[in-house]
Amino acid sequence: MLIFIAKRLTVAIPTLLVLIVLSFVLMHAAPGGPFTQERALPPEVLANIEAKYGLDQPLWRQIGTYLINVTTQFDFGPSFIYKDRTVNEIIANGFPITLTYGGISFVVAVLAGCTLGALAGVYQNTWLDYLAVGISIGAQVLPNFVMAPILVLIFTLWLGWLPGGGWQGGQWQYLIMPVIALSTSFMASIARITRSSMLEVLNSNHIRTARAKGLPIRQIILRHALKPAMLPVISYLGPAFVTMITGSVVVDFFFNTGGIGLSFVNAALNRDYAVMMGVTILVGALTILFNLIVDILYAWIDPKIRY
Amino acid sequence: MAVSSTDISSATTETEVKGRSLWADARKRFFRNYAAVGGLIVLILVGLFALFGPWIARFEIDEIDFTAIGNAAQMGRPSIETGHYFGTDDLGRDIFARTVQGTQISLLVGLVGAGIAVLVGTVYGAVAGYVGGRTDGIMMRLVDVLMAIPYMFVLILLLVMFGRSMIMLFVGIGLLSWLDMSRIVRGQTLSLKNREFIEAARATGVSTAKIITRHIIPNLLGVVAVYATLLVPLMILAESFISFLGLGVQEPLTSWGALIREGAGTMRYGTLWQLGYPLFFFVITLFGFFFVGDGLRDALDPKDR
Repeated sequence: MLIFIAKRLTVAIPTLLVLIVLSFVLMHAAPGGPFTQERALPPEVLANIEAKYGLDQPLWRQIGTYLINVTTQFDFGPSFIYKDRTVNEIIANGFPITLTYGGISFVVAVLAGCTLGALAGVYQNTWLDYLAVGISIGAQVLPNFVMAPILVLIFTLWLGWLPGGGWQGGQWQYLIMPVIALSTSFMASIARITRSSMLEVLNSNHIRTARAKGLPIRQIILRHALKPAMLPVISYLGPAFVTMITGSVVVDFFFNTGGIGLSFVNAALNRDYAVMMGVTILVGALTILFNLIVDILYAWIDPKIRY
Repeated sequence: MAVSSTDISSATTETEVKGRSLWADARKRFFRNYAAVGGLIVLILVGLFALFGPWIARFEIDEIDFTAIGNAAQMGRPSIETGHYFGTDDLGRDIFARTVQGTQISLLVGLVGAGIAVLVGTVYGAVAGYVGGRTDGIMMRLVDVLMAIPYMFVLILLLVMFGRSMIMLFVGIGLLSWLDMSRIVRGQTLSLKNREFIEAARATGVSTAKIITRHIIPNLLGVVAVYATLLVPLMILAESFISFLGLGVQEPLTSWGALIREGAGTMRYGTLWQLGYPLFFFVITLFGFFFVGDGLRDALDPKDR
């Protein structure tokens, strides 16, 4: 098991370094620096500013410094736009918020998706099955940026039940719509995967044996069918995590919840490269870490995988 | 002369009827699937809307109707008399013309993205799968590394740094769309590689490049067609996502994502048509592509026969 984890890490760490170096090089290859403004600054002022941010150093030294700062101290440097704030402060501000509603959405989506999918698989070709399939097809064409306006239209403008945005320390009224918007399409995918793998498992030999032995259906499904049916779902959790963290940008943007997605969009609009890179690298690191956990979990659950 | 050519053409049509090819079989199965045919009809209609919409529209995309400016909720209602079939926005711009334009750009992005994926992904996957060994290991490891990158963030980074132009959007989406395709194609190639006809080609001394282009790739077309159809809506979704954040195509150009963003921003002022019409086209087109893709898969997938 340790060798397996070590092997995975030998892929994961270079990936992260490639991401850091690549985004850094891109930033420098881009036409126009972060301080290029409509009214050109006097060259002396520009030189001073560039010296402050270390932009006058040769490229390889800048990359080296950045890499060392990021990897040893988790220091992403100062923001290019907000003179008195560092990227770390901006991320530290937004990240707990993203984590709160993202985590809740994740749990909701996995629980609801698995339940819906398993029920649809067990009761194939009944109204429950059609409902589940209908929901999952519908949710495919209603991504988070379509769900969000529709939810606000219904619950805020027509019914007036929920506030249309904001965070207020994460009170439940402010959480409901972000969680629904973020988890729906993800829940639908999980339901679809669970349903088809449930159908496959229910037709397999060991279930037939269990049935022939005369075990009650309840026990067959809970004890024998559910576990192998969950395997494809687990392998889907990695990509799903990426989708969710990407979706959090829309949620932050539309509901004004103040997570890191909002910092990212604002940074993109202001050309604040330092913040964009910080968020991108953080998200990349989280993705890689999460994929690693999923891989380990998978290898641990599925006895067929040798490592 | 004329007689013989008709003879030949009638002879060829006859053999087509007799020997049912894989494609004829697939076509039959596809047209028996009502959801897929419905999806195809919807897509054709949306395509016609994008093509001929500019002739029907009575206004340009950036033309301002001064009677509706600042008072879209009353004066900019959708109506036939004013010529604003889908209404106007608060700047007095015609939503019909803008929806046509958005449809054109979104469809273009989807098709170009899927096209790049087909070209790059097919060749890359076929080479990796057919050559195998260490080459395969390195090529697929590179795909693994690229897949682990949160691509939406990188795409936005690219767009911000190199300027938000259509070309950059195509390049960015194209750079990232081929990864899944190359994996699927590689898997399929691995199973084709050891079949007898490939062995025969190799035994008669056909070169590797020629085996890949003449024997492997034609046999991959079914899988590639299915996956490309399912990739188009994903590309449209990606572009709409970026445009929704205001980071995609720039004014006066527009796309579905940008229109939905504008509509969502103004819906509390009672101009729901601004959200409704673009959203309608967005949703039916995605449905169309998903249904056609599923239909193609059922028609071409040898597993279900």
